[in-house]
Amino acid sequence: MELFKHTASQLHEKLVAKEISAVELTKAVLGRIDAVDKDVQAYITRTSETALAQAQAVDSKIQRGEKVSVLAGIPGALKDNICTKGIKTTCASKILATFVPPYDATVAEKLAAEDAVILGKANMDEFAMGGSTENSGFFPTHNPWNLETVPGGSSGGSAAAVAAGEAIWALGSDTGGSIRQPAAYCGVVGLKPTYGRVSRYGLVAYASSLDQIGPITRDVTDSAHVMNIISGYDAKDSTSINTGVPDYTKSLVNNIKGLKIGLPKEYFVAGMDAEVERAINKAIEQLVALGAEYKEISMPHTEYALSAYYMIAPAEASSNLARYDGVSFGHRVEGNDIIEMYKKTRSEAFGAEVKRRIMLGTYALSSGYYDAYYLKALKVRTLVKQDFDKAFEQVDVLITPTAPTTAFKLGEKTNDPLAMYLQDVCTIPVNLSGVPAISIPCGFAAGMPIGMQIIGKPLGEETIIRAAYTFEQNNDYHKGFATLGEV
Amino acid sequence: MKITCKDVANVALLSRLEFSESELETFTGQMDAILEYADVLNKLNVDNVQPTAHVLPLKNVMRADEAKPSLSRELALSNAPEQEDGYFKVPKIMEG
Repeated sequence: MELFKHTASQLHEKLVAKEISAVELTKAVLGRIDAVDKDVQAYITRTSETALAQAQAVDSKIQRGEKVSVLAGIPGALKDNICTKGIKTTCASKILATFVPPYDATVAEKLAAEDAVILGKANMDEFAMGGSTENSGFFPTHNPWNLETVPGGSSGGSAAAVAAGEAIWALGSDTGGSIRQPAAYCGVVGLKPTYGRVSRYGLVAYASSLDQIGPITRDVTDSAHVMNIISGYDAKDSTSINTGVPDYTKSLVNNIKGLKIGLPKEYFVAGMDAEVERAINKAIEQLVALGAEYKEISMPHTEYALSAYYMIAPAEASSNLARYDGVSFGHRVEGNDIIEMYKKTRSEAFGAEVKRRIMLGTYALSSGYYDAYYLKALKVRTLVKQDFDKAFEQVDVLITPTAPTTAFKLGEKTNDPLAMYLQDVCTIPVNLSGVPAISIPCGFAAGMPIGMQIIGKPLGEETIIRAAYTFEQNNDYHKGFATLGEV
Repeated sequence: MKITCKDVANVALLSRLEFSESELETFTGQMDAILEYADVLNKLNVDNVQPTAHVLPLKNVMRADEAKPSLSRELALSNAPEQEDGYFKVPKIMEG
């Protein structure tokens, strides 16, 4: 099997056993990028030279007999909204097309400290606003399972890169489903940690009360390894949770006897693909056969979550994106005075979806509409969160589809923003409540991967990892590899 | 209609964005559909519900007021579209 098809933990074994070198591995993945990225278009920026230098350094350490971490020498990708010192970070926006951060995001620093190899910066929906990566200000990414379909979004470049063998692991960010939904569409594993578990320092802000960085990997084992590295308190992020980080690999246990799983009936919304529903029901049956206790529960405010989100997230975005004014960084279009400069800069360089959300958020926060839209949405957020609190009094984890359908065709929803938003219906309540959730492959419909979402209690990552690992180890879905580029 | 072209033009001004007439019409239609959808929130009585702006029980996270290493002026200005004498440069703000 080609090196680029392995998982990080498998490759780590090969590296320390000196069966392969990190340079050899990095060259294999770079070669894969050369072969398929013209079709997939997962990367905005490639850092091949520094990647090889990083790999060389790891090889030297191994040669010297030094102990290396599990991600040392393993090539991965960062979503292009994660700041990397000296490496362009564009957020897939023309307004940041030439932005070179003068500092590293905390997660980038942590990965560098573990000697991870960074291959480049992955494509995304502009400012993480979207569910298909078609809102990238540069080009759309294609799903490696079928190039005519979207990879999901907004972390579509990260998910497609991992699925296509163009990266062994990746980081994404998730504000309303942006790690889990592309992971589901691309047949890989995506984990959104508890809000505050992973530092947001250096993550370009979209909606600050919802944004969270997390791993996209080939299997649950790698997800646990990446979580071990990126989690933890950071004084530079005022919303960071100051509590210890467990060793998530200790939760890689193939046993869910006695685990109480809940199926919230409200998640099976109208418009859900029958194949998706069947796959989830089959997965539940299997989990029960493996010893889990199953209970159908009700989360009555689920139907309001999407509306609340599409007031709250744009409101926060309209404030966060006020900083793009052509003054201290980013694109500038000259004007006769400063107001004209602001308007021309922002109008020329922001894409349509970003403008739509800034406008929606400005409206929801404006005098006369604040109470009716923004404040009401914040109150509904309380009710959505209470649904989760009550559910977790009865069960340990919740199981839902990650998205109502499998990947849709490019262009299918670009003229109908609302139809695009509806793809987030299963993932958004999780962000509003701040709880962790993982999406894992659980089947295929017409050759396209289906994702199952496992939601846990606040800081309950260990439980969802155990449940996900048990399901994975009793199935083969994660072993499938997108056929792209194969002859 | 929840929102008119005139409302949208006003929001555009507040957002420091400008649109052509046809763009304004498209945006008005799309925003109207989204606001229409958001109307579902009015089905709920939330009079006695506290708002949640944030899920963590954190308030006013402070640190000691001590100087720490920070970016050099050169680095801080490294992405500036225009700079002069160590400052960001902008078009004129006042008349005269």
